[in-house]
Amino acid sequence: MSTSNNTRDEIHSLDYLESHAVFILREVAAECERPVLLFSGGKDSAVLLHLASKAFAPQGIPFPILHVDTGHNFPEVLAYRDAQAARYGAQLLVARVQDSIDQGKVPNPGLFGMRNRLQTVTLLDAITENKFDAAFGGARRDEDKARAKERVLSFRDSFGQWDPRQQRPELWHLYQGKVNSGEHLRAFPLSDWTELDVWTYIQQENIILPEIYFAHERDVFLRDSMWLSTNEFVELRADEVPERRTVRYRTVGDASCTGAVLSTASTLSEIITEVSTTNVSERGATRADDKFSETAMEDRKREGYF
Amino acid sequence: MARTVQDLMRFATVGSVDDGKSTLIGRLLVDTRQLFDDQLDAVVQASAKRGVGDLDLSFVTDGLRAEREQGITIDVAYRYSSSPSRKFVIADCPGHVQYTRNMATGASTADVALVVIDVAAGLKEQTRRHLCIAALLGVRHVIVAANKMDTCGWDQEIFERVAADVRAFSETVGFHEVLVIPVSALHGDNVVDPSAVAAWYNGPTVLSALENAPLGSRGSADTGARLPIQWVLRQNGGGRTYAGMVAGGTLRPGDTVTLLPQNVTTTLRAIHTLREDLTEAFDSMSVDLDLADETDAGRGDLIATAPLPRVATEFEATLCWFSDAPLRPGSRWRLKHTTRSTPARIESIGGLLALDSLTSGPADSFANNDIGFVTIRTAQPICIDDYLDNRVTGSFVLVDEVSNITVAAGMIGRPHFSTL
Repeated sequence: MSTSNNTRDEIHSLDYLESHAVFILREVAAECERPVLLFSGGKDSAVLLHLASKAFAPQGIPFPILHVDTGHNFPEVLAYRDAQAARYGAQLLVARVQDSIDQGKVPNPGLFGMRNRLQTVTLLDAITENKFDAAFGGARRDEDKARAKERVLSFRDSFGQWDPRQQRPELWHLYQGKVNSGEHLRAFPLSDWTELDVWTYIQQENIILPEIYFAHERDVFLRDSMWLSTNEFVELRADEVPERRTVRYRTVGDASCTGAVLSTASTLSEIITEVSTTNVSERGATRADDKFSETAMEDRKREGYF
Repeated sequence: MARTVQDLMRFATVGSVDDGKSTLIGRLLVDTRQLFDDQLDAVVQASAKRGVGDLDLSFVTDGLRAEREQGITIDVAYRYSSSPSRKFVIADCPGHVQYTRNMATGASTADVALVVIDVAAGLKEQTRRHLCIAALLGVRHVIVAANKMDTCGWDQEIFERVAADVRAFSETVGFHEVLVIPVSALHGDNVVDPSAVAAWYNGPTVLSALENAPLGSRGSADTGARLPIQWVLRQNGGGRTYAGMVAGGTLRPGDTVTLLPQNVTTTLRAIHTLREDLTEAFDSMSVDLDLADETDAGRGDLIATAPLPRVATEFEATLCWFSDAPLRPGSRWRLKHTTRSTPARIESIGGLLALDSLTSGPADSFANNDIGFVTIRTAQPICIDDYLDNRVTGSFVLVDEVSNITVAAGMIGRPHFSTL
């Protein structure tokens, strides 16, 4: 910053974002006792895992990765999860929503019920049981209006709750990661990345993704103006007729409520072109659970959701 | 596909509550078509639900339920926008005095402050407070939107009077050649599209002013390069390198570097990065440094080139105080400076800044949202530059040791206000 000819004038936006994400990963790893990286198998957590491996190379990633498994998975994503953990030499932990159901900690949603919201209990239990004091997530502020409000290091009280009216000041890049016993932080190194930044970075770094992100043929049906895949977790209603379409996924989540988009983009370059010109936001196009109410994400986050 | 060659600029909206900051950002995003259809639909629906007209632009960034209920901004919203040459990170900050700490959060990383003023109301104390904090935080450049011009019939005289007031105040806190733009965020005049109403104004719109604003924060003399060590990496086959983000200056292999506070001088052998080895590293780059001599260095130490920072356990600083409990001399805190945390004590209060006159007056304590000058003593030495020379080695926060809440933003030295 000191003289104008050697400042950020020379650092381009993607390098700046990468550099800051690595800075955040290192700060949290240094200041917290037991961090964990939340890994869903989606593109954002794929980028996060890749950055974690770069931040500490040639040493290994100094914290485990955790998959909160709703039990409603795309089979390709589970295989991908295991392969990525092995590729990066990361210790993989799995917390299962089914276990929370079996233990009576959450109401049984039934065979076809949505499990997305139930994940919060499973996630918070895993954090408590493992005594994690920081959990890295791949959430981005451009995804949702409540996420747009969140700090990079976001405090959670001993009930796992987020209080958007009482966030800690977060000045400069002085990330302050101390918490008391039972409390924890969520850390979001990709806060300032957009969907397009993520895709551009995936292409630049040759990061491997689950195949469902690329155009493929699939039996889908339209529900609430969203293309859902037929699978064992979804019960067709009387008026819903599956059809074979060429689709891809823009996000990877619970298979019962994550929508596909009609697309023929089968390469990273084609996806980048598509993302650059789309008129619909990522979550608007693909997440049924965000459409319940005006503040669906804020409400889930207050409870301790990702 | 070619790499993006956009640069990245961070700007923050500042100004008083109800002067139209969120509406201006909403207008900017809508008129540059940076909102997705479903996001715009959601804003239309939320506006109808709350009976605030067809499209309440402030709902684009005021996304929390409590914000929409009250029609105010409580915390910073971050939004992203982009033009062919520049990517913008927008921090839409709250104007209410109660949420000054959140405004400071948004402004602390900003290159540019976009000041929004209701022309009919003129320059309020809260606007002066925000301009003052933006100046203290080292924001390099301000652009002023004289908003709600439609409410005063686009009267040029009223505009000129407000523009003169804000220019005079800005000059005192060190912002020169301040651009003031007559705007109606509500109707979209001079935000993205030039106004057809004000024939007397021929200057740039808010968008073109942002596209042409200089990058980076303010700085004076070259302080030398700085790299606070975050993490020690053990290399395969032995040896260690020191990872961190460069904070000002330029580092090159072969440079003589000093490890502080140990005061050990050695040579920089190589600069590794996440991708390749570099012949040059500069501000904001995460790198790891290979030093020629084996040194006992770790997290919290600093690698620097001349001119070197001061190594100090006692120093003067400017504080923005953010706690309901008053700050008093003798109180004890945890101080975080770069990657080092140390116990610290307020030795004395040197004065309280009066926002109307921008002069320093005597004080026994600071109340919430006060700005003042203190002398601090630390248990361990820290390596400091004046904040005006280096935004990283010149800044710190004070943290409550029990609750872990950040209670103050600190800047080494005093601001260069003409009144001080």
